[in-house]
Amino acid sequence: MAERVFHKSILRNEDPQILAGKAQYLDDIEIPGMLYAAFKRSDYAHARLKSIDVSEAKALPGVIGVYTAEDFGDLVKPGPLQVPPPTAIKGATYASRTIMPIVKDKVRYSGEPVAVVIAESRYIAEDACDFIYPEFEPLDAVIDLEKALQPGAPLVHEDLPSNEAAHVIQERGNYPEAAANADIVIKKKIYMDRVAAVALENRGIVVNWDDKAQMMTIWCGTQSPITLRNATATRMGLFENQVRVITPFTGGGFGPKINTSMPDDVLLTELAVRLNRPIKWYEDRRENFLATTSERDQVHYAEIALTKEGKILGFKDVFYHNSGAYDSYMMTVPLNTQTHTVSNYNIPSFYTEIFMVFTNEMVVTPVRGAGRPQGVFVMERMIDAAARELKMDVAEIRRINLIQPDAYPVSTGIIGQDFVEGVLDSGDYPTALAKVMEMIDYKKFREEIQPKARAEGRHLGIGICTFTEGTGVGPYEGAKITVGGNGKVSVATGVATQGQAHYTSFAQIAAEQLGVEVKDVKVITGDTGAFAWGAGTFASRGATVAGTAIHLAAVKVKNKALKLASQILETPESELELVGGFVQVADLPDKKISLGDLASKANPMRGTFPPGAEPGLEAVAYYGPPYGATGAGCMAMILDVDAETMKPKIERLVMVHDCGIPINPMVVEGQVHGGVQMGIGNAFFEKVFYDETGQLLTASFMDYLFPQATDMPPKMELGHTEIPSPLNPLGIKGVGEAGAIPTPAVFTQALEDALFDTGVEIMESNLSPSKVYTYVQKAKGA
Amino acid sequence: MKPAPFEYYAPKTVEEALQNLTDLGYSGKVLAGGQSLIPAMNFRMARPSALVDLNTVAELAYIRPTADGGIAIGTMTRDSVVEYDPIVKQRMPIVAETIGYIAHAQIRARGTFGGAIAHADPAAQLPALSLALNAKLLVKRKGGERWVTAEEFIVGPFMTVLEPEDLLVEVVLPPLAPRTAGSYKQVSRQRGGYAQAATISMVGLDDRDRVKDVRCVLFSVGETPILSKYAAKVLVGNEPTEAAIADVAAYVAKNECDPGSDLHGTAEYRRQLVQVLVRRSLTEAVLRAKK
Repeated sequence: MAERVFHKSILRNEDPQILAGKAQYLDDIEIPGMLYAAFKRSDYAHARLKSIDVSEAKALPGVIGVYTAEDFGDLVKPGPLQVPPPTAIKGATYASRTIMPIVKDKVRYSGEPVAVVIAESRYIAEDACDFIYPEFEPLDAVIDLEKALQPGAPLVHEDLPSNEAAHVIQERGNYPEAAANADIVIKKKIYMDRVAAVALENRGIVVNWDDKAQMMTIWCGTQSPITLRNATATRMGLFENQVRVITPFTGGGFGPKINTSMPDDVLLTELAVRLNRPIKWYEDRRENFLATTSERDQVHYAEIALTKEGKILGFKDVFYHNSGAYDSYMMTVPLNTQTHTVSNYNIPSFYTEIFMVFTNEMVVTPVRGAGRPQGVFVMERMIDAAARELKMDVAEIRRINLIQPDAYPVSTGIIGQDFVEGVLDSGDYPTALAKVMEMIDYKKFREEIQPKARAEGRHLGIGICTFTEGTGVGPYEGAKITVGGNGKVSVATGVATQGQAHYTSFAQIAAEQLGVEVKDVKVITGDTGAFAWGAGTFASRGATVAGTAIHLAAVKVKNKALKLASQILETPESELELVGGFVQVADLPDKKISLGDLASKANPMRGTFPPGAEPGLEAVAYYGPPYGATGAGCMAMILDVDAETMKPKIERLVMVHDCGIPINPMVVEGQVHGGVQMGIGNAFFEKVFYDETGQLLTASFMDYLFPQATDMPPKMELGHTEIPSPLNPLGIKGVGEAGAIPTPAVFTQALEDALFDTGVEIMESNLSPSKVYTYVQKAKGA
Repeated sequence: MKPAPFEYYAPKTVEEALQNLTDLGYSGKVLAGGQSLIPAMNFRMARPSALVDLNTVAELAYIRPTADGGIAIGTMTRDSVVEYDPIVKQRMPIVAETIGYIAHAQIRARGTFGGAIAHADPAAQLPALSLALNAKLLVKRKGGERWVTAEEFIVGPFMTVLEPEDLLVEVVLPPLAPRTAGSYKQVSRQRGGYAQAATISMVGLDDRDRVKDVRCVLFSVGETPILSKYAAKVLVGNEPTEAAIADVAAYVAKNECDPGSDLHGTAEYRRQLVQVLVRRSLTEAVLRAKK
C-alpha cells in the first residue's frame, strides 16, 4: 500500500523557491522596451472635473504620453458587474453603478484616476503627474452612512433618486410575535469600521501585446485570472485564447485582487496595443490605501428577544452597509453579514434588513472575512448583552442556544452570496465550545484565576464566541491532470494562488490517488494557457471546489493508468495498485510498470489507436457544489488590561476549528494564524479614517496600524474537530477566513470582562486604547 | 512613490562635506541614515534639490569614552552600534534602554545617532535622550566650530539652530554623577511605533536618598522634547516619596505638556498617559539609583 499523503502535515513544495528569493513576482518581470505607468489621482472625494491640462506633463523628456478620458472614447463607460445582482431574493431592489476606468466628468472618491502617464521610467511618470493640472468644482461629500439616505443628501450618482444602492429583507417565522412573547428584548446600536486588506504585495499588472502573433499576455497577481482574461478579450474584441493571463508568485490577495475591469487593467491593455509596447504598472502603498478596495463599515440596529432562561426566540437586525462610490461587487459582503448573523444558533424567528448605501469612499469589495466578521460581531455582542441582562454565564447562554449535531442538514432561511438558500451541511458546534472551554480552563479561570487576579488589582478578562464560516461556494472549478513521460504529475487548475500553499495541498490530493511523491506533483495555478475554465480564488473555496475537481481528475487518471497497465501486465485491474510512481501487482510488487512508461505508451506515435480512446495519462474534471460547505469554530481569549493606559495584552488565545478533513493540518494552522492576525488588527489596531470631506487620513503605515509579529500573542493554541462535509468526496470545507471572523467579537467581550469594575459596554470594533479610555471615563460618569 | 529628481554628493571627509554644504547653501540637505528623509522624499513631501550623503564619511562613525567618564559619539554612528556598545551599556544603561524603543532592528541598523538629533522630530527618542542627559553637541562649518547644549539645540518641531552650512559632527554625553540612574517609559500603539506619550527620567540621589538632581523629559506630547521644571523644583533636596512623585506626575500632565488629539488618541487620553508614565519612570529611576 502507498503511504497516505492526504490529511498529513508535510512541508510546502513552494518554500525552497520562495525562501531562497528565487520566486518570480510581478515586479521581477522585465521585458525589453517596457514602459511604465503612473496615475494622476483626484485629491477630492466628490467634485466635478471641469478641465484638465496635460500639456506640460506631455512635454517632459521621457514621457511617451499622457491620457485623459477624452483619449479613450467608448472605453470610458461603467465596467461589468463582478457579481450578479440579488434577483433571487424576493423583493430585493438594487441599482448597479459600476467602476469607471477614468474620471470623465465627476469624481466619486478620493484617489479616483483622472489621467494616466506612460513614460520610460516610473520616476519620470511620477514626475509628470506633478505637471498635470485638473480643475475641479468641489461638491459636498457623502460620508456618513445614515445621513447618506436622508432627503436632501448630496447624490453620489445623480441619476438615482437617492444614495440607496440596494435594499434586501430576509425573514423567517414572525419576529414581532416572538418579541411580544419574550421575557426580555434587548436593543443595541452596533458599529464595525473599515479596514484595508493590506496584502504584503500591492496590486500590479504587466501587459505585452505581440502584434505579429496577435496575442496579448498579461501578468497580474489577480485572484481571478480567467475573469480577467474573459473581460479583457470581450472588451477588446479578441477571442479568449488570444489573451493569456499568468499569475506569478503573489504576495497575498485577501479579497481586493479579485476585481477585474479596474482602471489599470482597462486602460493599460488598451495603451499596450495602441503603443505596441509592453507596459508595467505597480501600485504603491499610498495608491493601495486610496484606490484599491476595502470593506467592513456597517451600522446595525439589532434586537434580540429571549426567555428569562436565555433561550433565543427572535432576532431583528436593520443595517446600513457602505458600498463606497460604486457597487461592481454588488451584495456579496452584506449578504454574507446577513447569513452569518443568524447561523449557528437556533433562532425560530428573525427579520434582517439591509440598506446598501453609496458614499464618496473607496469601493467596497470583500476583504478576508467578507461580511462574516460583522455578522458574528453583531450576534455575539447581542448575546453578551443578553447574558449581562440575565446575569448568565457567557459560555452557558451560548451552549443552550447552539444548533445540535443531530440537526444537519439545517436550512438557514437566508439566501446567501451564491444565491441559493443556505444549508448548514454538517458540524458539531457544542463539541467545539466544550473543547475550547476545556483547553482554556474556563471553569478554573472563572473560579480561581480571575478572582485571584482581581483581588490583586489586575484586570484579567475572558471572551468566548462561536461562529460559522460559509465556504466553498460555486459555481465550479476544474482541473487537468497529466502524467508526463518523466513519470511526474502535472496538475493545472483555474484558481490562482496568493500564498495559500496550493502547490502543496493540491499536490497532496493528486499524489494520494496516483501514488507518487508530493514533490513530484507540479501544480500550475492561475495560468489561462494551462487551464482555461473556472471562477477564481475567493470565499475560502480553493481547497473545497478546485481541490475536489483535482481529486476527481486524479481518480480518472488513476483509472486510465490501471486500465492500460492491466493490459500490459496481463493482470486484472482489481489486483493492481499505484505505489511509488509505478502501477504494480499488489501481491507481486516486482511485476510493475512506471507511470512514465505508461504515459508514453498511452500516446502512441505510430501504429493504431483504438476507437473511443483518449491519448495520454490525462484527464479533466469539474466540480460544482449544490451549495457551500460550512465550517465553524469557537474562540476564546484571555486579556490582561493595564487599566491606567488601557493597553491590552493577549495572555492566551484558543481556537477550535472545523474545516472538515484538513488536507494538510499545518497549512490549516497557518491559515488560522493569518486570519487571527487580521482579526486582531480589526479588533484593535486597524481603522480606515475618512474625514467629513472624504479625505483619507490613513494613507500610509504611519497612520494605518497593521499588526506586526510583535503585536501578536506569543502563541495560538489551536484544536480541531473534523466533521467531514457530505458535499464532496474528500469531506473538506474551507478555512481561509476562519481566524478573522470571531476575533473582534471575542476581543471586545474579553475587554469588557477585564474592565468589569467600570461597567463599560462596548458595541463597536476597531478600538484603540484611547477609545477604550473614553468609554471607561463615560461609564464611570467622569 | 519615487522621489523627485535631485543632485547627489558623496563627500569622503568632513572637510569635503562642509565644502559641499557651503556651496549648496539652502538647496543642500544632509543625508545620514535616511530613515526619515528617504520616506519623506518618496512621498514627495521632501524635495531637496541636492543631497550631501554622509554615509561615505568614515571619520564620523565612532564611540569614544571620554576621560571624565562620559561618552563622545560621532554623528554617523548607527543606533544599533550605540545600543550594543559595552562601554555605553556600562556607563549609561539608559542610552541602550532608550534606543531599544526606536522603531525596529532594521531601522536602528541604518539610523544614526546624530541624524536623529539633527532631524529634531518631536516624537523621536534621541533628541529627548540628549536633553535628559544634558548632552553637548559639536557643530562645525567650513572654517569654524561651536558647542551647543541639547537644550539650546532644538528650537521647534523639526527645527534646530543648524544653519544650511552647519553640520552636527559629535554628541558628547557628560558623565553621570554617582547614584544616578534613568528610566524610559512610553506607550505606543504598536511596538516600534511612534509613542503617544513618552518620558525619560534621570534621577540622582545623595547619600541620604534625597534627590540631588532630576531631569524628567517628556516627548511626543508637544512641539519639542520638554524638560520638566516642576520636577526639579519640588523634588531636589527632598525625599522622592510616592506622594511627591504622584504630585509631580499630576502637575506635569496638566501643565507642562501639550499633547494634541490625533487619529489614535485624544489629548485627554495622552495627558493621562503622561501622568502614568512620569510616575512610573520617576519611581523606577529612584529605585535604580538606590541600587
